[in-house]
Amino acid sequence: MMRGFRQARWSYKGGVLEPTVFELANGRPGYYKIHTEEEIRSKAKSALSRIDTRKELNLPGLTESEVSRHFSRLAEMNYGVDSGPYWLGSCTMKYNPKINERLSKDPHVLWIHPYQPEDTVQGALKIIYEIGEMLSKITGLPHFSLQPAAGAHGELTGVLMIKAKIRDLGERRDEVLIPESAHGSNFASAAMAGFKVVRIPPNEEGLVDLDALRAAAGEKTAGMMITNPNTLGLFETDILEITDIVHGAGGYVYYDGANLNAILGRVLLSDMRIDVAHLNLHKTFSAPHGSGGPGAGAVGVVDEFRDYLPVPVVRKRPEGGYYLDYSVKRTIGRVRMFYGNFGVIVKAWAYLKILGGEGLREVSEVAVLNANYVMKRLLEIEGIKLKFGKERPCKHEFVVSLEELKNKYGVSALHVAKRLLDYGVHAPTVYFPPIVKEALMIEPTECESPYDLDNFVEAMRCIVEEARTDKTLVLSAPHETSVDRLNEVSASRRPILSWRMYKEKSDR
Amino acid sequence: MIKEMCFWSSKVQPLTSSRSSTWRFTRTSFKIFPVLVLTTAMWWVPNSYISIKRRLLRFLGFENSDPLFSDIPRSLIRSKSPDLPSHDEIEVERTFKRIMSENCCLGEWKFFLGGGCWFHHVPAVVDEISSKQEFYTSYTPYQTEISQGALQAIFEYQSLMAELLEMDVVNASHYEWSTALAEAALMAMRVTRRREILVPENMHPERMEVLKTYLFGADGRIRTYSFDRRRGTVLLDSLDPNSDTAMVYLENPNFFGVIEEEAEAVGEKAHSKGALYVMGVDPLSLGILKPPGECGADIAVGEGQHLGGYPSFGGPSLGIMATRWDLRLVRQMPGRLIGMAWSRSGVRGYVMTLQTREQHIRQERATSNITTNESLMAIRAAVYLSLMGAEGLRNVCMRIIGNTQYLIEEIDSLDKFESPIFDQVHFREFLVRSPLDWDLVNSKLRRMRIIGGLPLNRFERRFKELGNSALFCTTEIHNKDDLDLLVNALRGVS
Repeated sequence: MMRGFRQARWSYKGGVLEPTVFELANGRPGYYKIHTEEEIRSKAKSALSRIDTRKELNLPGLTESEVSRHFSRLAEMNYGVDSGPYWLGSCTMKYNPKINERLSKDPHVLWIHPYQPEDTVQGALKIIYEIGEMLSKITGLPHFSLQPAAGAHGELTGVLMIKAKIRDLGERRDEVLIPESAHGSNFASAAMAGFKVVRIPPNEEGLVDLDALRAAAGEKTAGMMITNPNTLGLFETDILEITDIVHGAGGYVYYDGANLNAILGRVLLSDMRIDVAHLNLHKTFSAPHGSGGPGAGAVGVVDEFRDYLPVPVVRKRPEGGYYLDYSVKRTIGRVRMFYGNFGVIVKAWAYLKILGGEGLREVSEVAVLNANYVMKRLLEIEGIKLKFGKERPCKHEFVVSLEELKNKYGVSALHVAKRLLDYGVHAPTVYFPPIVKEALMIEPTECESPYDLDNFVEAMRCIVEEARTDKTLVLSAPHETSVDRLNEVSASRRPILSWRMYKEKSDR
Repeated sequence: MIKEMCFWSSKVQPLTSSRSSTWRFTRTSFKIFPVLVLTTAMWWVPNSYISIKRRLLRFLGFENSDPLFSDIPRSLIRSKSPDLPSHDEIEVERTFKRIMSENCCLGEWKFFLGGGCWFHHVPAVVDEISSKQEFYTSYTPYQTEISQGALQAIFEYQSLMAELLEMDVVNASHYEWSTALAEAALMAMRVTRRREILVPENMHPERMEVLKTYLFGADGRIRTYSFDRRRGTVLLDSLDPNSDTAMVYLENPNFFGVIEEEAEAVGEKAHSKGALYVMGVDPLSLGILKPPGECGADIAVGEGQHLGGYPSFGGPSLGIMATRWDLRLVRQMPGRLIGMAWSRSGVRGYVMTLQTREQHIRQERATSNITTNESLMAIRAAVYLSLMGAEGLRNVCMRIIGNTQYLIEEIDSLDKFESPIFDQVHFREFLVRSPLDWDLVNSKLRRMRIIGGLPLNRFERRFKELGNSALFCTTEIHNKDDLDLLVNALRGVS
């Protein structure tokens, strides 16, 4: 049986799904009360008479019941991992075990302050220290910082460390090599650190072209940023040659951990001779994505970079107990205030404690197995083709091209993605990586059941059938979501980015 | 029990479709193994069940899982998994509780600590909303039509924050205040094509450190202007922007909790030399204080952790970044933006917009590398602000200012303590000077389950001239009894 789907669609007059809080409040300034003793109130009044206060504030205030219903209705018009399959390639949308949530809501997690004395937050410091230790065992990289707030933040931290190292060596290397198929954030992070980006084209297998790499690597090379498996879901088999070439040229190798799920518990980053890496605690280690964040990036380094980590670093005293070490000799400084997204770190800690080493190995096995199963099944369908990696297993994800489907029936990857929504399946990543035309990047993760694997394949089969027989149905999709296709082009041509901009435009 | 786990097995009928090859797994039942086979299986990983795994492998033509990894050089594959033990949920929870009991947290303790991370009341409805799986488990809303809830909630965050700040464009969030500031500096450098960032000495020291780290990457320079040692506010005379100044920064309230009086004049001076004016603010204080938009700011940054969020050891937070509706600025703005859009059938909805600024499209020419941000925190802030409204927020601000002035006066009446150091109105935080050793004072307070102020000697090289001071903090979570408790405890110390 295929699963059916119809998303909640609330509606209000004039083509509005759910009014904004501004419309709901309609000028009401709020009901919320807090009590203030008279003595305190009079102090406040006399203080206020001594300062300039704001003229007006148009902040709508609803009753708690209205707030609760408004946001509940919005939630009903949003699709989460607990709603169903969410196979966004490179995003590792795995299930978020509920124990993580429970632990992260402990008052000893929520109500502690970064500046309270170290001996009153030994528990929190221990968690940060322990997760660093666990990540070291998983990657082979001996030193970790949990300070970065996200993956891209970790990338910036990593390339800044490489920049500092090169400065200290007295060298003038200002280029970072990045494969064309890399995540967009790699290019942006390198640029933010002041590096020039040199693109490495793929070979006919979709892997790093070694000849192109040899030609690009040289005395200007500060390092290379590599994702392995790459964004095509293919393991860079020549990884040792790659790291050799970069090291041979005097550069360092940075590893983007976005795709670590594929090799968890099997391959150590240190064995691949990686110097600096970031891991995404919110992808690989099951912390939820929160509609876009918060995440947490962890940055791991080899001994050579130990003295460059951001401060402070959590360390353990020989006699027991944990402390914040600010005396990291050549530190790049802070990359944010305080010590990291602790609330997220706690979730990854719980995940690792439950899985253990065997569990991690099992995760990568099942993730890769699921991806290969779905890939093989999908390739049985007309118009779905692999551009790269035909002769080898994929890893945790794979990228198919719908170019043929588009040429034959005029149905693009975007149309298929939108139609998938009607089947109650969140669409995979589309049009990425750019080296594959009409790309669908599919990452089922280890958390899907046989039913959901088959259900996805069946949905795709139905859509291709529809493309053949009832094309408009696909072209006009989605139909079962809260809203039909929105016009993104006119939205960016005449942007309305806040309620006040909307009011201004509609009043005019 | 194992049988129940395979709910999709024997009872499920094959698809009625003629394409019989489609439903591989639903056609035949599973063998039920008499022995426990779930040794390495996780209770959220269905296909680690051994018979399922075998079927999947058989479909691929494999005997075991080794061929799945045949593309990885043999020398790289470890024969053993990482040496990490596995525990059940019961044990993990027990261990966690034991470890965390070593933290002193609010409730059991009274806190008077601030300095960029604050304890404010979290209305119950905020937790309720942010615990909805539709919000907390979903990804960045790339598939617009199925993600209208998150998109509208974030649009409402942008809109509410725009009202508070009196700015037009607020991004969907940044990591936290200091990174928002650092990105504002990079943005100002791009807009003005200049390299110097002028910041006040009375800003948060950690924020300045983060700015320095980012400027090391972007090849920018940082220069400071000073503050009045008597009033705690910035010294306008020391502010000297030049033709290479990309931006002038001001924090309000500043690190000492002092409300800056000349915010507009600072902006005028910045503009007179063609620099952008960036204000760092606490959005909560804007229930009463003058917003950056009214002070002529081009960019506003700030922290929203305390708008319905917890301190949680300093993260996750909510970085705020806003600007005026000026395409020269908006095109250079970092981070995600949600905009209104209309559908083919005329329904109003929301989309991610102006994405050509972002890394997934523009790569190294993007305005920032940011992708994952703090959306859930932004949604929390939207819930918080729509519950508060202008009245509620003003109410909270009154309580905070009242508490602050009360505590300042009461502490000043004590023998060995002087407060405030600066003769100004303070918001939430203030400095207390004492001849006593602050570590000693704080350890005595701890005997009464009080976590006292933040000694400034923590920031070694900074603020030496302010003597032996500590930064105290009070918010609406303190009632008069709490404040009196601290005052009496300090009296006991001296």
